[in-house]
Amino acid sequence: MASSRDTILSKIRSALPQSSPLPDLAAVTSWQTFAEPIEQFTAILKLVGGLAMHVGNLAEADAHLRTQTHWSGGKNRCSIVAGVGDSTVNLDGIDDPHELENLDFAVLKGHFAVAENAAVWVTDDTVPHRVLYFIPQHLAIVVPASRVLNNLHEAYSQMTVGQHAFAGFISGPSKTGDIEQSLVIGAHGARSLIVYLVDDMR
Amino acid sequence: MPHPALAQQFTANRERAQWHDKALWFVREKRDRMAAAVPEWELLRETASAIKSHTQSRLAEYLEQFEANAKKLGVIVHWATDAGEHNRIVLNILQKHNVQRLVKSKSMLTEECHLNPFLEKHGIEVVDTDLGERIVQFRQERPSHIVLPAIHLRKEEVGECFHEHLGSEKGASDPAYLTEVARQHLRERFCHADAGLTGVNFAIAETGGIVICTNEGNADLGVSLPKLHIACMGIEKLIPRAVDLGVFLRLLARSATGQPITTYSSHFHGPRPGCEMHIVLVDNGRTEILQMPEFRRSLDCIRCGACMNTCPVYRRSGGHSYEATVPGPIGSILTPLQTPEKHSSLPFACTLCGSCTDVCPVKIDLHHQLFAMRGFLDRKRLIGGSKKLSMQIVSGVLSRTWLFNLLGKCARTSLRILPRFMIYNPFNAWGKQRDLPTAPKQSFRQQFAARSKRNP
Repeated sequence: MASSRDTILSKIRSALPQSSPLPDLAAVTSWQTFAEPIEQFTAILKLVGGLAMHVGNLAEADAHLRTQTHWSGGKNRCSIVAGVGDSTVNLDGIDDPHELENLDFAVLKGHFAVAENAAVWVTDDTVPHRVLYFIPQHLAIVVPASRVLNNLHEAYSQMTVGQHAFAGFISGPSKTGDIEQSLVIGAHGARSLIVYLVDDMR
Repeated sequence: MPHPALAQQFTANRERAQWHDKALWFVREKRDRMAAAVPEWELLRETASAIKSHTQSRLAEYLEQFEANAKKLGVIVHWATDAGEHNRIVLNILQKHNVQRLVKSKSMLTEECHLNPFLEKHGIEVVDTDLGERIVQFRQERPSHIVLPAIHLRKEEVGECFHEHLGSEKGASDPAYLTEVARQHLRERFCHADAGLTGVNFAIAETGGIVICTNEGNADLGVSLPKLHIACMGIEKLIPRAVDLGVFLRLLARSATGQPITTYSSHFHGPRPGCEMHIVLVDNGRTEILQMPEFRRSLDCIRCGACMNTCPVYRRSGGHSYEATVPGPIGSILTPLQTPEKHSSLPFACTLCGSCTDVCPVKIDLHHQLFAMRGFLDRKRLIGGSKKLSMQIVSGVLSRTWLFNLLGKCARTSLRILPRFMIYNPFNAWGKQRDLPTAPKQSFRQQFAARSKRNP
């Protein structure tokens, strides 16, 4: 008996539609760009419930973070960005991601940000457990201000997808509108998100 | 039950039907604002449509490429010809890992395959973790919308449901409070799950990875804690390249809920260290649809739900009136293709207004397909006698000018002189909820001729 794989593939091949070309996306020159990408990013992040802070250096990000009650009030905190916040939880000592269940705040790294939709690109190689992006009650992500791109096409043309078991875009805190279409921030993931766009990352 | 009968039940509660209509129109308007803010919106739609057409024309190759690349990443790939095989594959994986508790994120495919009842029958606890899906799971209903599963419910009903199942305060109906109750309840389930199961929004042939989009973060939590991740997808979810995501992710959330992008757009390429990741590729009738030139483009659907939000029939009749996994315009094509006998009334739940086609992010010719579907069902002899007879009469009248003119004259006269009870009676379906317009003395042709004479 033929395997299900072969059955499916041969059924597909038995009546393929006429071939049509795959669009060349790199040739398109009319994708949306912004005169002030950082301002656009900030406005859109606000729209989706997050806060963008454009700061000069890591010390300014740190100073702002320490004014946040979610940060100061959080018992279990961790930061993987040296100079921004500090850690009360030692991530090195954690083998099982379940131990992060009670994490209140995490400060993590983003590689770049996208102005059109306030998305930040994160990857699993910067964190010991990918659940760090989803399980903390509150989240801050630090991104170089020089890396705010216009749109998703720019983003995909500049990265190699597939080199990380997990990578993704995060745009704002987690949310739901499943009860009568009323927007509630804080569904299963972070209840708040701050993105620090930092000019000088040294 | 046919769609008109179920729709009648829904519209019996007039206040609720009007609220439902407005709630979905609100989403449609958000979508419009988002689409208008992207100057190259139409170019995006055309590009998405072209990528999908191309993918279909090479689907077998892309599936092979996807499988090979996924295997290189350490993913275990399965193939299922139908729902039954899909369910058995999932059960096997779960049993091999002694899974008792499974957390699931939204997957229309597993709805289509009726995976939940199958797994529950085999003693596995299945928890749907999308808030809307959890609500309908508690209520033992099917989702009434593919993006907003509980859009048919009022917050008071959700409050009652949570009071019964989660012990929330009696009478509480504040969405923020209810969401918090669900968050606490589902956190506990996430942390104690043995495995996570997800759907797939896009599968990338050139990388072997999958992309899952959510706002709540439930898919991500569900697969980042337990050691086993199973992703189930229809074979039509494939796209050739990672750069194609730039097109589809720009369209998906804007079309679905009027957001610039979903909160989480997660790209999974292989298991976490020491963990396992499985992908189940499912046919379940898709290869048959691929062989039908007039309907194959329905497989391009990216499940955004925009066609439902804009459909004047869906908004007023509710998702449950379709009795289908996927309701609304796209569901009225996909569902009768799979079960024509049971769902022959669906393509008639449509005024052919074409609004669905206008909003579809991948430019599926929805209203043309809905029209073609009527012919498809007629060829299968599934169109009811009264519908057929009335169509034959109309066709007979419209093809004879003299008869059309004569009947027009009779109608104009009789509408004017007949008493009300003779016009508004059970035989006149068009007069049920509305008055017919006042009949003019002259036909259009007569008025036009007179006008031409006056102003030559």
